[in-house]
Amino acid sequence: MVSPAPNSENRSLFKRTKLFDARTTDAIFYWTTLGFAGLILVLVAWLGFQLYSSAAPSIAKFGPKFLTSSKWDPVEEIYGAWPYIYGTLVSSFLALLLAVPIGLGTAIYLAELAPKWMRTPLSFLVELLAAVPSVVYGLWGRLVLIPAILPLQGWLSEHAYKWPIVGPLFDGAPMGFSMMAGGLILAIMILPFITAVSREVIKAVPPMQREAAFGLGSTHWEAIRGPILRAARSGIIGAIILGLARALGETMAITMVIGNGNEASASLLAPANTLSSKLALEFAEASGDQLPALMYLALVLFGITIVVNGFARLMIWNMARQVKGSTRG
Amino acid sequence: MPASTQTEKSLAQEKIMADQKIASTEKMPATPPSSAPASQVMLNADADANVGGATKMKATNVNLHYGTKHALKAVNADFTERTITALIGPSGCGKSTFLRCLNRMNDLIESCKVEGDIVLDGENIYARGVDVVQLRQRVGMVFQKPNPFPMTIWDNIAYGPRLRGIKNKAMLNDIVEESLRSSALWEEVKDDLKKSALGLSGGQQQRLCIARALATKPEVLLMDEPCSALDPISTLKIEELMRELRSQYTIIIVTHNMQQAARCSDKTAFFLLGELVEVDSSAQMFTHPKDKRTEDYITGRFG
Amino acid sequence: MAVAQPSPSTVSSRVKPLPPISKSLMTRRKGANQLMWALCILSTALAIIPLLLVLYYVTIQGVKVLNLDFFTQVQKPMGEAGGGMKHAIFGTMMMVGIASCIGLPIGILGGIFLSEFGNNRLAFYVRFAADVLNGIPSIVIGVFVYAVAVLPVSKATNGNVSFSAWAGGLALGIMMIPTIMRTTEEIVKLVPSSLREGALALGDTRWHSTFKIVLGAAKGGVITGILLAIARVSGETAPLLFTALGNNFFNSDPKQPTASLPVTIYTFATSADDGWNALAWGGAFVLVAMILVLSIAARYATQSKQ
Repeated sequence: MVSPAPNSENRSLFKRTKLFDARTTDAIFYWTTLGFAGLILVLVAWLGFQLYSSAAPSIAKFGPKFLTSSKWDPVEEIYGAWPYIYGTLVSSFLALLLAVPIGLGTAIYLAELAPKWMRTPLSFLVELLAAVPSVVYGLWGRLVLIPAILPLQGWLSEHAYKWPIVGPLFDGAPMGFSMMAGGLILAIMILPFITAVSREVIKAVPPMQREAAFGLGSTHWEAIRGPILRAARSGIIGAIILGLARALGETMAITMVIGNGNEASASLLAPANTLSSKLALEFAEASGDQLPALMYLALVLFGITIVVNGFARLMIWNMARQVKGSTRG
Repeated sequence: MPASTQTEKSLAQEKIMADQKIASTEKMPATPPSSAPASQVMLNADADANVGGATKMKATNVNLHYGTKHALKAVNADFTERTITALIGPSGCGKSTFLRCLNRMNDLIESCKVEGDIVLDGENIYARGVDVVQLRQRVGMVFQKPNPFPMTIWDNIAYGPRLRGIKNKAMLNDIVEESLRSSALWEEVKDDLKKSALGLSGGQQQRLCIARALATKPEVLLMDEPCSALDPISTLKIEELMRELRSQYTIIIVTHNMQQAARCSDKTAFFLLGELVEVDSSAQMFTHPKDKRTEDYITGRFG
Repeated sequence: MAVAQPSPSTVSSRVKPLPPISKSLMTRRKGANQLMWALCILSTALAIIPLLLVLYYVTIQGVKVLNLDFFTQVQKPMGEAGGGMKHAIFGTMMMVGIASCIGLPIGILGGIFLSEFGNNRLAFYVRFAADVLNGIPSIVIGVFVYAVAVLPVSKATNGNVSFSAWAGGLALGIMMIPTIMRTTEEIVKLVPSSLREGALALGDTRWHSTFKIVLGAAKGGVITGILLAIARVSGETAPLLFTALGNNFFNSDPKQPTASLPVTIYTFATSADDGWNALAWGGAFVLVAMILVLSIAARYATQSKQ
């Protein structure tokens, strides 16, 4: 039988048995982990601050007009960001236009309609899309997609520019490298995110809702359109915003297909640039006044992504509050 | 039992008896022995012999707050060495909270504030400069649900001693065997100590946790409803174990099961809404409770 | 379907029974259902097709170029046939190694802080900062590292050291931090507190019980997080463009510009040289294969620990 340790061992509570007793080492543990965690705060703050200070000469010179002026000329040292802001916004919008319906449709199919044996492999495939790096999409876009859409662009450029309302969208010579290609490739890249998140949200709708709808005699589509989508609505909006945030920051693939245009043109066939592609193309050889201007571009991009991400988080926080409120009722 | 542990044990026992003689002359007078006739109740048969003796731990005016909630109100209690004290009371009355004060496990909860003194062998465990690690090696704890580490049986038991710097394989082997014998698990697992502890049954896991706690050679053993997650047969085995351990250890057990308290313990303390309502020898408490609230609880009027 | 207006008196006597559903309505409803069903299948096809096409081209075109030379030789100048991507593959491994030295300690220890001591205001801000960092475009991070690790170093060494593998590794490491921090925090939180209490009740210290018991139990999940972060970061191009720059030759000195798989693919793909274009496919194949293997290994790590 084990006995308690005899008193001869002097087990006073006050005796320090080791040089570093529990209190000291635990304090070190706390402060060390706190320090490392705090590093991330320092990092983010430093990042914002550094971008601002690097861009400061350009901010001083151009001010907020930078955001609306369209001339970017390193020789004359006049810089304006509007074409690139336009490019970022339009390409992301295009991407959403394509990816949201397709993504939602896929999500609904995977969550509701697909036969059970298909669901896992298909979902796995869609997730695989997300794992492919941006530069590989760019490579494929450049060497496969663009040659493939060139005939379409040719047709559009010949016939569609005459159409009412949408005509200007197809103005100009078909070069392949264009806003259209950029929007397409971006859509492919954000598709898996929208699909995956929407699918999870739809799957999470309580089966009771579904059963209630069927019990009242709805067709499958009516059940989806009504209670299911309504319940999943906020989550789906979150997925869309998530996709948008991803699209705004995307660099490599779009750089490789969008054609390095420096004008904000309405035509989808015209080459363009986004904030990130402009940075990718010009930064490495920038000098003199060009550098602060590029930093200013980076700052604008930083700002846009923070705002969109913040908005997304606000929505999610709001939704969570609504859900809590409704269950209390 | 190997010869080494035999001589170790007898040496240790002699030491303890010698120390006890010194200790008893210094400590405060113990609670008076129970006077209930042995024939009257189905209680702990040798309760009388053990209620006297030195005080091992003493709580004075202990108040505990969880944030704004006043969870323990001016609790005064002392625990005689080599006895079993049961803490009983309805859910949420503070008995587990009080138990966790005795080895300062409540330190883990941020909003928790403890006032008052708790003394172990004359030293206040809440004093400044107290090494909590030392405290917990002298006051061990067994939890409600068995919580073996995801390691081998051997590693589980050796964990405590290794913390104290014991690296010698032979010594550790001895400790492992001794602890498993003390918790009546040795025969069942001796052939496969390298098996994962998670592969044992619930009752075996709890006895493993008891062995693990004993391996640090504590003086006091705190048990927080150790049988509540177990089947009746395992429960009986553990109650037997407690009776055997009582000869060496001071045991304080929280239990929901009044019959268990009546069967096993020498003294019982009744908690209600954070107050320690009554403390008495078990024989006395379950036959002639002094407080009306105690009587109501024991007779099942609530809780 | 018209329903009679209920009057204060006997409503039930006034309410007419619902008329039977008209055939045309049913056909319309059924038709709508079929249509939507078809659209959803079409969407799924549209979603899968690009992936299949990308994988197809990468495999077909990539495997064509994979030979021993690919892995043992450096690129040949434009116009010359042959060559390989040995320098790029090595460069990626070197920089991912540097990145891990930065990202792992900060991510894991930060994650431990959040899960062990994470109920205060500071933890809230830390989590918020991690989310922000995760959402910052990778090119902005590259620009930041240029401003703090390339430019000043260049000025200080008079141009001797500017673009370097250190800077590239730093940029990648910064990107690893939020992923690892969040995964570690979530996994550690899943470990039941009874295990931690059991260790502490035996007289263990907080740090020892956390590392031995809690992290021991969470090991699989943490490894998954690390592997996923590595997979993500090895495919990143933008942050390396102005930090490690790129190199046509093999380089093992971290103070020098270094080639990496993604940047080399980018350079080769955007060049006019057919030979380089072909090599780009090969590089893409190796990169995608690497990421796939890492992702599968990550999933396996979680499962096997269960």
